[in-house]
Amino acid sequence: MSTTTDPSPVAPTQRRDPAPARPATFGDAVRSEWIKLTSVRSTWITLLVALVLGVGFGTLISYLSGSHYATGGFVRHATWDPTSVSFRAIVIAQLAIAVLGVLVVTSEYGTGMNRVSLAVTPRRTRFLLSKALVFTAVALVVGEVMAFAAFLAGQAVIGLNAPNTTLGAPDVLRAVIGAGLYLAAIGLLASAIGALVRNTAAGISAIVALLFVLPGVVQALPSSWSNPITEFWPTQAGSQIFTVVRSAHTLAAWSGFGVLVLFTALVLFAADVALRRRDA
Amino acid sequence: MIEAQHLTKRYGTTTAVNDLSFRITPGQVTGFLGPNGAGKTTTMRMIIGLDRPTGGSVTVNGKPYRDLAAPITEVGALLDAKAVHGGRSARNHLRVIAASNGIPESRVEEVLRIVGLHDVASRRAGAYSLGMGQRLGIAAALVGDPGILMFDEPVNGLDPEGIVWVRTLMRSLAAEGRTVLVSSHLMSEMALTADHLIVIGRGQLIADAGVQEFLSRDSAQSVLVRSRDDERLAQQITGAGGTVVPAVAGGLQVTGITSGTVGELALAAGIVVEELVPQRASLEEVFMEMTKDSLDYATGEVA
Repeated sequence: MSTTTDPSPVAPTQRRDPAPARPATFGDAVRSEWIKLTSVRSTWITLLVALVLGVGFGTLISYLSGSHYATGGFVRHATWDPTSVSFRAIVIAQLAIAVLGVLVVTSEYGTGMNRVSLAVTPRRTRFLLSKALVFTAVALVVGEVMAFAAFLAGQAVIGLNAPNTTLGAPDVLRAVIGAGLYLAAIGLLASAIGALVRNTAAGISAIVALLFVLPGVVQALPSSWSNPITEFWPTQAGSQIFTVVRSAHTLAAWSGFGVLVLFTALVLFAADVALRRRDA
Repeated sequence: MIEAQHLTKRYGTTTAVNDLSFRITPGQVTGFLGPNGAGKTTTMRMIIGLDRPTGGSVTVNGKPYRDLAAPITEVGALLDAKAVHGGRSARNHLRVIAASNGIPESRVEEVLRIVGLHDVASRRAGAYSLGMGQRLGIAAALVGDPGILMFDEPVNGLDPEGIVWVRTLMRSLAAEGRTVLVSSHLMSEMALTADHLIVIGRGQLIADAGVQEFLSRDSAQSVLVRSRDDERLAQQITGAGGTVVPAVAGGLQVTGITSGTVGELALAAGIVVEELVPQRASLEEVFMEMTKDSLDYATGEVA
């Protein structure tokens, strides 16, 4: 019935003086995010899947396109763009990058890790930007590796049956480097969307809608509507950066990529505002 | 030192924390008590800047948490031990935390040893038992060697050995001069760990006092006595100014005089006493009494 408390309260002694802590920096947050990204197996698996899709599937598409070149007729030959043919599978590989981009943010919300992250880095813009920077850098490296590998392998197999191109041809190097840049931008966009919606399913749905579903819906509209929409649709405009032969109703390479970057920056800004306002 | 002033948090029309003011001082364990849903976790979340107060303010070492230059070197918190990416090893989880505030990796190995996870640190945190997860959460709070520590229900799900370990750790952290805030809805646990209690119910402050003061404040002292002749003893007690009611399980419940006096009366009257127990209200009872008006879901009588 009776409850007793500790009869001998410990006399407070002075704690040994802790070494004066230096202020935490943006670089510390980046290092922390780097450890986060590289210490889960799913990161490596997803990146490997992206590479296999982009390079392996890309080479297959390149070979098939090349072998059908001879039967393509005049129009096909006039718009023949061996560079962008070798990047066709990037359309598929980008999905793996985008999913990972969403996950690097939303997996924290799914596990509750976000509360640990925001407790150790209470400056929320710093948290978001360090995460975005680390993932974008990783996506860029993987994207460039994929772009060069898909291009070189693709040109090799296209050359068996059709005219191919080289890195020295006009605009080709820009397109190859651009393909990697495009993948990095898609990854960053996906992360920003993830930070905005804070939920894996919603984030992946949103990026899939942006990349595939809505552009498909737009195609069903009369061309007087669909052409200008497609021209400025962020992800489609962005893909101009890895196109060498420009078709009608498309933006120039860097203008198109600029649209994607601008859109990504807007979403990232919105995510930052939301992150700073909302409770963790 | 943690200081809250008129701290208030509303979610829509629900008030989770209402005009809460308190000061948590170093060198002792402060128990943060209240029924489930009283606003303990919300208050702790506001202390470390996860939630923004609707009104009022809370500071740690005189500053809002978000303004601390290296926050985890000043405040370490365990809010939810399950808040870990299950695919990451315990060691990497702690490395993530250490790196964010520029703390050397050697400290990670140090805290792994302190909490006894060193041998299993490479395992996936998702494969940890509840108790190991709780230890990992405590390790995370200790990474920055902070002067303020905050633990939300740290003994939840621990085995008896783990509970004793946590209790000892809290006490030794406080003995080192740190500020230790531990929340619990279990009064009995707090009775064994805390020096000071802050009790809240429905987001409002109910009590802020030392454990001893808390106990003596509301508890009517009484004595349970069982004898061979309760009837005659009752007369003696009433004659000496005591009040007697029959105890529920037999015997007499005496108030107004001490157990010593009851013994003397029995001896003088030649009555054989079989049982004589001074009764102090337990911390649990005091707590129940204080918070009964503030339960969100009071249980009704079963018909």
